[in-house]
Amino acid sequence: MGANEQGVIGKSIRRKEDGRFLTGTGQFTDDINAANQSAGVFLRSPHAHARLRSIDASRAKAAPGVVAVFTGADLEGVNGLPCGWLITGTDGKPMNEPPHPVLAQGKVRYVGDAVALVVAESIHQAKDAAELIDVDYEVLPAVVNCVDALKPGAPQIHDQAPGNRCYTWALGDKAAVDAAFAKAAHVTKLDLVNNRLIPNAIEPRAALAKYDRAEDAYTLWVTSQNPHVERLLMTAFVLGLPEHKVRVIAPDVGGGFGSKIYLYAEETALVWASKRVNRPIKWVAERSESFLTDAHGRDHVTHAELALDKDGKFLALRVTTTANMGAYLSTFASCIPTILYATLLAGQYTTPAIHCEVTASFTNTAPVDAYRGAGRPEATYVVERIIHQAAVETGVAQDELRRRNFIRTFPYQTPVALTYDTGGYDACLDEANRMADVAGFAARKAEAAKRGKLRGIGYASYIEACGLAPSNVAGALGARAGLFEAGEVRVHPTGSVTVFTGSHSHGQGHETTFAQVVAGRLGIPVENVDVVHGDTGRIPFGMGTYGSRSLAVGGTAIVKALEKVIAKGRKIAAHLLEAAEGDIEFKDGKFTVAGTDRSKAFGEVALAAYVPHNYPLDKLEPGLNETAFYDPTNFTYPAGTHICEVEVDPDTGVVQVVQFAACDDFGNIINPMIVEGQVHGGVAQGIGQALLESCVYDAQSGQLLTGSYMDYAMPRADDLPSFKVGTKVTPCTHNPLGAKGCGEAGAIGSPAALMNAVHDALAAVGVKNLDMPASPHRVWQAIQSAKRA
Amino acid sequence: MAVTLSLTVNGKAVNATVDPRTLLVELLRNQLGLTGTHVGCDTGQCGACTVHVDGRAVKSCNLLAAQANGAVVVTIEGLAAADGTMHPMQAAFKECHGLQCGFCTTGMVMSAIDLVNRHPKASEATIREELEGNLCRCTGYHNIVKAVAQGAAAMAK
Repeated sequence: MGANEQGVIGKSIRRKEDGRFLTGTGQFTDDINAANQSAGVFLRSPHAHARLRSIDASRAKAAPGVVAVFTGADLEGVNGLPCGWLITGTDGKPMNEPPHPVLAQGKVRYVGDAVALVVAESIHQAKDAAELIDVDYEVLPAVVNCVDALKPGAPQIHDQAPGNRCYTWALGDKAAVDAAFAKAAHVTKLDLVNNRLIPNAIEPRAALAKYDRAEDAYTLWVTSQNPHVERLLMTAFVLGLPEHKVRVIAPDVGGGFGSKIYLYAEETALVWASKRVNRPIKWVAERSESFLTDAHGRDHVTHAELALDKDGKFLALRVTTTANMGAYLSTFASCIPTILYATLLAGQYTTPAIHCEVTASFTNTAPVDAYRGAGRPEATYVVERIIHQAAVETGVAQDELRRRNFIRTFPYQTPVALTYDTGGYDACLDEANRMADVAGFAARKAEAAKRGKLRGIGYASYIEACGLAPSNVAGALGARAGLFEAGEVRVHPTGSVTVFTGSHSHGQGHETTFAQVVAGRLGIPVENVDVVHGDTGRIPFGMGTYGSRSLAVGGTAIVKALEKVIAKGRKIAAHLLEAAEGDIEFKDGKFTVAGTDRSKAFGEVALAAYVPHNYPLDKLEPGLNETAFYDPTNFTYPAGTHICEVEVDPDTGVVQVVQFAACDDFGNIINPMIVEGQVHGGVAQGIGQALLESCVYDAQSGQLLTGSYMDYAMPRADDLPSFKVGTKVTPCTHNPLGAKGCGEAGAIGSPAALMNAVHDALAAVGVKNLDMPASPHRVWQAIQSAKRA
Repeated sequence: MAVTLSLTVNGKAVNATVDPRTLLVELLRNQLGLTGTHVGCDTGQCGACTVHVDGRAVKSCNLLAAQANGAVVVTIEGLAAADGTMHPMQAAFKECHGLQCGFCTTGMVMSAIDLVNRHPKASEATIREELEGNLCRCTGYHNIVKAVAQGAAAMAK
């Protein structure tokens, strides 16, 4: 690392992308328009489960301004939306994978299921016409709860999934777990519900599809976290189009949190229809559509048991989970409650035996898929809630029980498939204890009690597997795609650089962080580096952004490309300096003959590459433009401890988060300001889950009861405290940046920390087990129930 | 039946003919090309569409364009100086990393300026309470609150 790299890496450089967002010149999908554009509106099912007896669109087709109306029957030759991960069940059979039609065929299976696409001159005309479509529904009984769906006699949603079962899958050594429980000194048991969430990126999903008849080619602007994945799934699996005829552009995207990873019906229908009407079509979701149709998150029902010996060492963990898939399998739905969940049940602990069985069921609800954390918050919630309970039952201090079981030697092979490369769990716990002033908690609790308030403190020492993912490992586990990343470094003749990355930024600040990586390695100013992402017409084939992978995987791809640039630059410099290549050193933006003051600046070498008058053309191509694809060799393992302190008003049930401290180990950090911002946002989403948010469907009708911001409680500024955020560093051992990823950690650790704090506070009034969200209503009811008991 | 309007937008006189059901945000975005004002919820709850109408922060998805007849409207595009120098609140959001994806940001900045106009020395609690009408899913509000306080100090200079 040279002086310049030290000057750029680890600095909170203000973001390059902020200028356009702060002046209103960002380009989000709905800000983009095409000539002769038409408006698309989807007619959606008002029923959770119904047979489509008939659809009569004749009145709609004749309505003013209507260009076309399409229903499922029109989509001949169009396949269903694919699921990208095959789970093989404990019976050895592949999961049940019923068709997921782009527009409903024969049946509708959740409120919001798309029935027809109306294309009109204006959005108002399209909406008016949609109301004129006569759909004859035969309403069927619905089931929305994932456990109820598996009961005998539950409404059958798909012919291809008997009993509404998608799969039953297991991981771990059951016999070893049973043996450990048999000799346990203490067993803690807990039933947990991980509440269903609606992602709610503030930018609603949107798409603009344009067909060019002369070229027989399509352009799709879409709110996507991964435009190449979107294109691959849409062209190869659904529409049968050649990829080179489809350009997918994900421009500025207003938040994703997972919900914009997936291939959705809407953009697929738009692309298909744009050729039929030979006009660009734009669709923008209204917020009600976002609530109804964005893939939801979480929704697990779990029973967990932890076996401990007399010294508080964990002997075994046994977990049984039912997970809700919703009405259809979304793109990565099947791997969330399995591969990204059960594998994390070791947490930060040496628990030698773990067994987890997961049953996934179909229900008459929106599809469920990855939402910030995706499986890992659910796993952390199980592990950290049951440890909290075990500490209470055994009388060991919360931090002490965790410490007694921390993994301290690396690499560490867990009993649930993962190998942690490195970590330092004590350091994060110590620092979190200090940040949260745990030593002063007893005094604060006593002071609160004087005011009639119940104070509680809660810990969560989480781990996550990020940097998705080694493709061969993922493939062996059922992934139907690679999980590498691509980066291209295009050095311009005068030495400035444009970087093309397969990662996508929708708030993460890649344009700044990646520029720092490049500027640091090349020894050039950050201002001389621009980052391009989100356009299959410009970037190399990449897999996009999710699973906190962008820096660890996408950043490494850029580093690999930089290494090629520097290697070639060294050859060019050797020629220019008439020295042996082996004697050329590259440092601080200069190629120098070792031990001399003879050097060429990076810009001079770049110019020589593009104006190759004095250049070894017989041995070396001109130009300085390198691409690298990087496939990680392991997951990365960010980890940390979050400590939450709450105050409960026993008269009203209101829970106030009075302090939240997070100490995380993300490996090496490029831009601390951006990392802290990621933690703030993640923690807010986790607090949202634990305190406020809950997606509720009516159990009988299957109607979404929390379908607006008046019904679904999003965290607002006055619901949250300012956060205390700190970091400790153990660099990742298997990527050159030493980076682990920071995007999801906040949402992973915080729900358990908050709920443990609530349980700590409510222990005084006898409340034993409360599910999220700890809303005033639920907390007050729990207090009253405990009083009666 | 169309409605004819005259209003001032970002200091310029604007005449427009709109369908009566046209919302102010639709006029701004679709007819005037001012796409910095965003629509996040259609129902006046997220605040992404906040603009200033006659000096007050207003959710432009909750106002008919016709209701803005004769009004002075300022959008995010109208905040910076002619030479491009950002408004102190815009600058504070950048300095404090008060934005991530940038979608709620424009409405957040417009609300923040209105907040500071009414409460020049707002406490953290007041800032948080006053930002109730603006949803952000990225930042957890931590840095937005910091930015508003810093922007307020800069505006006072």
